[in-house]
Amino acid sequence: MMIEALIAVALVGALVTFLAPNRIAGKLAFAISLVPAALSLWMFSAFDGAGNALLEGDLAFESQVEWLQLSEYSISWFVGLDGISLPLVVLTTILTTLAIVSSWTPIDERESQFYGLLLFIEANLIGVFAALDFFVWFIFWEAVLIPMYLLIGIWGGPRRKYAAIKFFVYTNVASLLMFGAFIALVFALPEVTTFALPDVATAMLNGGPEAMFGVAGTTLASIVFVAMFIGFAVKVPIVPFHTWLPDAHVEAPTPASVLLAGVLLKMGTYALLRFNFTMFPDQVEAYAVPIAAIAVISVIYGALLALAQTDLKRIVAYSSVSSMGYVILGLIAYTQFGVGGATFQMVSHGLISGLMFMAVGVIYNATHTRMVTDMSGMADRMPVAVGILVAGAFGYMGLPLMSGFAAEYFIFFGSFGADFPYAPIFTALAMFGIVLVAGYLLFAMQRAVFGPYNLETDYEVSTAPLHDIAPMFVLLGLIIALGVAPDLIFEMITDAVDPILDGGEL
Amino acid sequence: MAVFDLPGWTGLAPALILAATALVLFVVDSISPRSTNRAVLAGISVTGALASLAVAVWFIAAGVGQSGLEGLGVIELFDGGAEFAGGSQFVVDQMALYFMIIVAVVTALVSVASYDYMDGHTYQAEYYSLMILAATGMSLMAAANSLVTIFIALELASLPSYALVAILKDNRGSVEASLKYFLIGALSSAIMVYGISLIYGATGSLQLDAIASELAAADADDYAYDGILGLGILMLIGGFAFKTASVPFHFWAPEAYEGAPAPISAFLSSASKAAGFVIAFRVFTTAFPLEVTAGLIGIDWTWAFIILAIVTMTVGNFAAATQDTVKRMLAYSSIGHAGYALIGLAGLTVDGGELVMGAAMMHLLVYGFMNTGAFLFVALAEYWGVGRTFEDYNGLATQAPVACFALGIFMFSLAGIPPLGGFWSKYFLFTGAIGVGSTAMLVVAAALVVNSALSLYYYSRLVKAVWIEDPLVDRDALTQPTGLYAAIVFAAVMTVVLLPAFGPVSETAIEAAAAVI
Repeated sequence: MMIEALIAVALVGALVTFLAPNRIAGKLAFAISLVPAALSLWMFSAFDGAGNALLEGDLAFESQVEWLQLSEYSISWFVGLDGISLPLVVLTTILTTLAIVSSWTPIDERESQFYGLLLFIEANLIGVFAALDFFVWFIFWEAVLIPMYLLIGIWGGPRRKYAAIKFFVYTNVASLLMFGAFIALVFALPEVTTFALPDVATAMLNGGPEAMFGVAGTTLASIVFVAMFIGFAVKVPIVPFHTWLPDAHVEAPTPASVLLAGVLLKMGTYALLRFNFTMFPDQVEAYAVPIAAIAVISVIYGALLALAQTDLKRIVAYSSVSSMGYVILGLIAYTQFGVGGATFQMVSHGLISGLMFMAVGVIYNATHTRMVTDMSGMADRMPVAVGILVAGAFGYMGLPLMSGFAAEYFIFFGSFGADFPYAPIFTALAMFGIVLVAGYLLFAMQRAVFGPYNLETDYEVSTAPLHDIAPMFVLLGLIIALGVAPDLIFEMITDAVDPILDGGEL
Repeated sequence: MAVFDLPGWTGLAPALILAATALVLFVVDSISPRSTNRAVLAGISVTGALASLAVAVWFIAAGVGQSGLEGLGVIELFDGGAEFAGGSQFVVDQMALYFMIIVAVVTALVSVASYDYMDGHTYQAEYYSLMILAATGMSLMAAANSLVTIFIALELASLPSYALVAILKDNRGSVEASLKYFLIGALSSAIMVYGISLIYGATGSLQLDAIASELAAADADDYAYDGILGLGILMLIGGFAFKTASVPFHFWAPEAYEGAPAPISAFLSSASKAAGFVIAFRVFTTAFPLEVTAGLIGIDWTWAFIILAIVTMTVGNFAAATQDTVKRMLAYSSIGHAGYALIGLAGLTVDGGELVMGAAMMHLLVYGFMNTGAFLFVALAEYWGVGRTFEDYNGLATQAPVACFALGIFMFSLAGIPPLGGFWSKYFLFTGAIGVGSTAMLVVAAALVVNSALSLYYYSRLVKAVWIEDPLVDRDALTQPTGLYAAIVFAAVMTVVLLPAFGPVSETAIEAAAAVI
């Protein structure tokens, strides 16, 4: 019942905060969010699962209750955690708490609604990572959209309405595509009468779907694979489905960006891993080269786009496209280090991008501009915030002893030795992306934070308040901790990843 | 029926309680004419509606309509004795009780909301008694089992409705809407009566089971009345289309809903529509079994509903997307939802269809909460006097976050977004339609998905207006009328609760549908 407790605390907390007066909403939400954070950390220490949740592994904190019955198909409330989902749940709870603290400065209207929505998102995100029945998962998956739409639409920047609706339409259409494909798949699977993901995975590995509507089983599996891949690719996002991301990020208020980049993007990669890369090993093999090509294009193209930006937030946003490209490369490598590294990168990128967005947000709070061209020498006035921004940038570039290095190293190590054709060449091309990352980040740093102090806007810049700095220090600490000792989570990740890779021999 | 200890007519208790409530309201009105004691009048209506609801729920829980050892069996009423073997005029089975529940719930919600809405209005007692009378008619429609009782119940529901739409006597829009509603209603009643007479001519019966046995006994190769029967069925469909606001008799709905007081719009678009569907379900499953009728008239009547379903949902959604006023948007959305519920009849097959029909019944129940809630929000906005267009609603959330939160729930549920009750019923309709397996039903399922996706556009437009846009004008502080707020919040809570608690609803609906098929 631990997972239910986590979700319930966040949901009830959301309602309480929504009805609380604006004055205390921020502090109240922070206090409430400490409960799921503490609970999830306790779950992390008490984790006793083994193997992969979908492939007959031992689940931790499992619970399953019959929910609905529709003709022969039953839907149940089915949640549980394995080594892949637990780190993401912990990431969610910690990032939410930190995002709440980082909102205290910038959010100054309709606070109770804002913090209520943040907690509501948290509840749904936990649900997405913990759910093991398709319908439970899909309900949480879709429920994330509405609060994020409102967060961007109400508290966002000047073009917030456009950005919010673009985000909503893109991801909702993608969800519809994926939903239809998966339902068709389940109906075509013989002897599957539940929507429990482990049952579907088992059936997929033991023969796959039968012919339906005149489409042969293997063809149907391929169609479903592609449809679901596209559905999740929008969420990740992968080039060419990425165009909603910079708009949403730039217009979103900082705390929403933190959650968007930190956790919401991981919903896409997590779903790819859970669905496409666990249930369709044959299709993964067959489509390895095009997917690897898309991954490399995402890395390079995202980095080139970031290089061309002058808005700090846009730079960080496009760098997410790049980083998600690494995740896809690691997944398609289909080796222990590749898939494990990809999962590690999900957590690592969640921490680092969260840190970067917070740092940019702190600078924006003081300067009211994010344009690189409008400022220089910020290090002079905000040494601590800038220091953290630079540290985050180095994390992005993969400085050893920071989690970014460990993640990228695992991924490249895994993908270099992968079985698909031209794997080393793809890996080499993707590694070139790191050079570009270093290029655009250092270039932006050099212009904005170093050199003589100058600011185009008329604001007095002084050091940021402690409650803006503290969450960034927590994140930095976690980034370094994971960089120094990746085994904190990598061990449980590989334990859950291994069954996927020899999935055929179930 | 033998298991049932009370006299058989008590089976109609949910409808009879409503009728008694209407009489009590008449008495109150005659003792104290022009009474403006809103608390007493609304209180009586709410009590009556809740009592009707409680009895219907109790009956369904006790097993009325269920066969077997646990169940109490179907209650048959007024079967005319042994020498008149025509079958019963009323039947209380699970389907009847299910729809009585929908009617009672909506009536209760609307009565509670009317407490504030009708504040200061001259015709208080008339308003409530007309509404309860209409609800009585709708409740009886759920149990009517003969074309005569169906027609009488339908008129009992319709006549008070015409007056209710016009209750704002000094408002030109209200009167005009009522006139349009009445004229189209009269026309469709005439068409329906003519259809009934044709069917009587072809079969010699008005009672639904008798019609079915008459048709079954007929010789398919040498059937003389195929034209009359077919035309009669077609005309009946016209009558149902009017009551459910489906194409081609839908165009009264936007006018009537917009001109009527908003609680009445909620009442008509939720309860009246559900009642229209129950008679359609009962007539077509009981009186015209597919395999028999198709053999006699040479065409499968589900085709009519397949076409009507697709056209209705498409017309409703496309028209809703182009509206400027909120109430008209909701009116067209209500037409679109009639199209979704029509899938319940379109998907019937010779050997089944309880899944789609059950899904349509579930949809009507969820719809009873989410649509009533949405119209009651409009009632709230009218109470505040904020205007009619989307722009007038801009920025309401800063002043009334709770009501706007509820509105968000209604809109997203109407669109079928997952964390709400509307998702399940739409999904069940979708899988039910696919499960039929015919190409035509695949097209219907595709139309459902496309229309749902499209509907998100105009539903989210309202959410965007209240939550995201800044107000165009400075409003005074908005009051929080207790009755309206209570009704809206309750409807919102039910829309959410129906997500986890959908199990009993879906079981009952599918069982009820299976029983009549």
